[in-house]
Amino acid sequence: MVIETRGLTKRYGKVVAVDGLELSIEAGEVYGLLGPNGSGKTTTILMLLGLTEPSAGTVRVLGFDPAREPLSLKRQVGYLPDSVGFYGEMTAWENLAYIARLNGLPRALAQQRMERVLERMGLAEVAQRPVSTFSRGMRQRLGLAEVLLKEPKVVILDEPTLGLDPEAAQEFLKMIQGLKNEGITVLLSSHLLHQVQAICDRVGLFHQGKLVLEGRVEELAQRVLGGAYRIRLEATPLEGLAERLRALPGVSQVQTDAAGLKLEAQQDIRPQVAQVVLEAGATLQSLLLEQPSLDEVYARYFQEVRHAA
Amino acid sequence: MQPSSRSKREGSPWTGLWAVFFKEMTDHLSSTRMRILEVLILLSAVGAVYAGAQTLRQTISEDPFLLLRVFTAAQDPLPSFIAFLSFFLPLAAIALGFDAINGEYNRNTLSRILAQPIYRDALLWGKFLAGLATLALILLALFLLVVGLSLIFLGVPPSSEEVARALLFLLATLAYTGVWLGIALVSSVLFRSAATSALTAIAVWLFFALFWGIISQLLAQAVAPLDPFDPESQLRQAEALLAFSRISPNTLYAEAIQALLNPGVRSLGPVLISQLEGALLGAPLPLGQSFLLAWPQLTGLIALTLLLFALTYVLFQRREVRA
Repeated sequence: MVIETRGLTKRYGKVVAVDGLELSIEAGEVYGLLGPNGSGKTTTILMLLGLTEPSAGTVRVLGFDPAREPLSLKRQVGYLPDSVGFYGEMTAWENLAYIARLNGLPRALAQQRMERVLERMGLAEVAQRPVSTFSRGMRQRLGLAEVLLKEPKVVILDEPTLGLDPEAAQEFLKMIQGLKNEGITVLLSSHLLHQVQAICDRVGLFHQGKLVLEGRVEELAQRVLGGAYRIRLEATPLEGLAERLRALPGVSQVQTDAAGLKLEAQQDIRPQVAQVVLEAGATLQSLLLEQPSLDEVYARYFQEVRHAA
Repeated sequence: MQPSSRSKREGSPWTGLWAVFFKEMTDHLSSTRMRILEVLILLSAVGAVYAGAQTLRQTISEDPFLLLRVFTAAQDPLPSFIAFLSFFLPLAAIALGFDAINGEYNRNTLSRILAQPIYRDALLWGKFLAGLATLALILLALFLLVVGLSLIFLGVPPSSEEVARALLFLLATLAYTGVWLGIALVSSVLFRSAATSALTAIAVWLFFALFWGIISQLLAQAVAPLDPFDPESQLRQAEALLAFSRISPNTLYAEAIQALLNPGVRSLGPVLISQLEGALLGAPLPLGQSFLLAWPQLTGLIALTLLLFALTYVLFQRREVRA
């Protein structure tokens, strides 16, 4: 286990920000800590880094206790805060050089690594420009460059796509995925579930300081959305198709909308559906298995929780 | 490993101290506010030396401590060099320290810096020492400037005792500046807004510079009321007044440099006629004795600096990284 917490709790006065968190993250995983703002994600991250003291429970990151061995821990763990700030009057290069010195890197090694990470983040041309002239996306990339400077084993990213335009966000997520290929364990937090679901191996959904759901995205969908495979179908003519499809074994729901038909089934029954459509004498235009979206999982889960209450 | 409150924190709290120190020092030395301070202090030095030299040229009597007179002599409307220093240096210290910690919050750099393998100790010490070193640098430059200018204006080389006294004066001034840097640091931890922090530190400075004298007078009158039939009550009130006014770092500094720069000063409190029996009035004290006279004030200033730094330290260690 790279990151492990047991009964991790943080209270601010009477407010419980994180409540009995049990988290286990394995080496090489990309783990998404997801949930709305104020659900305890950032507090959890700060406790993992030893930047805030837990009220109860234990934390181990790479086997280190953040409260007692913060230096060894922070030497191997990179952290990109949610609103990353730099010294605006200093250049990107100077900002990185300061961090390299704080990490105690020898000058030659620091120089070599700085050139490499700036190149990798596509900032080599602007390295000598003051950071105050940087756009939000460039700052974010400089933040990731700084994280990579210490060649970390674990990277913790707080809301990495916040404030980025969709294109920059996608690009940034791709860079994060690149870290996984190097064997770096990544923990990222986000409230934009649909944006990060593609790159996370596992996700944990936070709600009011508790980890309410955890697992692979597909697993969660299975569990919360009732194990449904959703199949989208476009065919002409649509008349009568709904009734025939409903008769198929395993189909639980059929909906007609402007674009076509939507089926929910317990298995992937696309071959059977295609057969039914052709037997009905209609032309099949498209037949897609829809990926379950985390947003849906999240919304559905809380709907159920509210109903149960 | 089991967590226990007894197990020690790993590593040295000084890790990264020099990185912070040099970065802060570079920031200070290249900042605009430093430019402004330099101009102000340069003007005051030239003005003070010029005024001092003008006064001194008119005196024809022999004086073994000519250099020290340059520091203390005033000519209307210009105040003396030490008066300038005690006025400007607190402002310079506040200017360098008021946004030390809250500036990191406001630029969102604090969590990024603290995520590096350093302790908070290093950040705070680095900032404090960088501020102090910058002020020491200004002070030394200013001092050499004044000594050099006075050599040109007066044409008399200083004696070794004068130089020793002047260096001790420099040390006292640095301790006094440290107090104000400490006050600025405390307010930079206490207040999230840089403007509030600067105003608070300046308010403290104004309070001690202008109001504390009046307040200590009132307090002395309350504690030791004057009895017209008891001459001793007068002494008691004078002593109470002195005790209260010594709470202010300005008083401590003024007394310390009075003893150091004026070898004729034999006591910093009220002196009774009986104590003057056998004394050669106006005869200079040796350096050691003057230093001994200023010692309580000097230690007071240094202790106050350390106390303020310790307060900053405690406040900052407990502060949440997140706003």
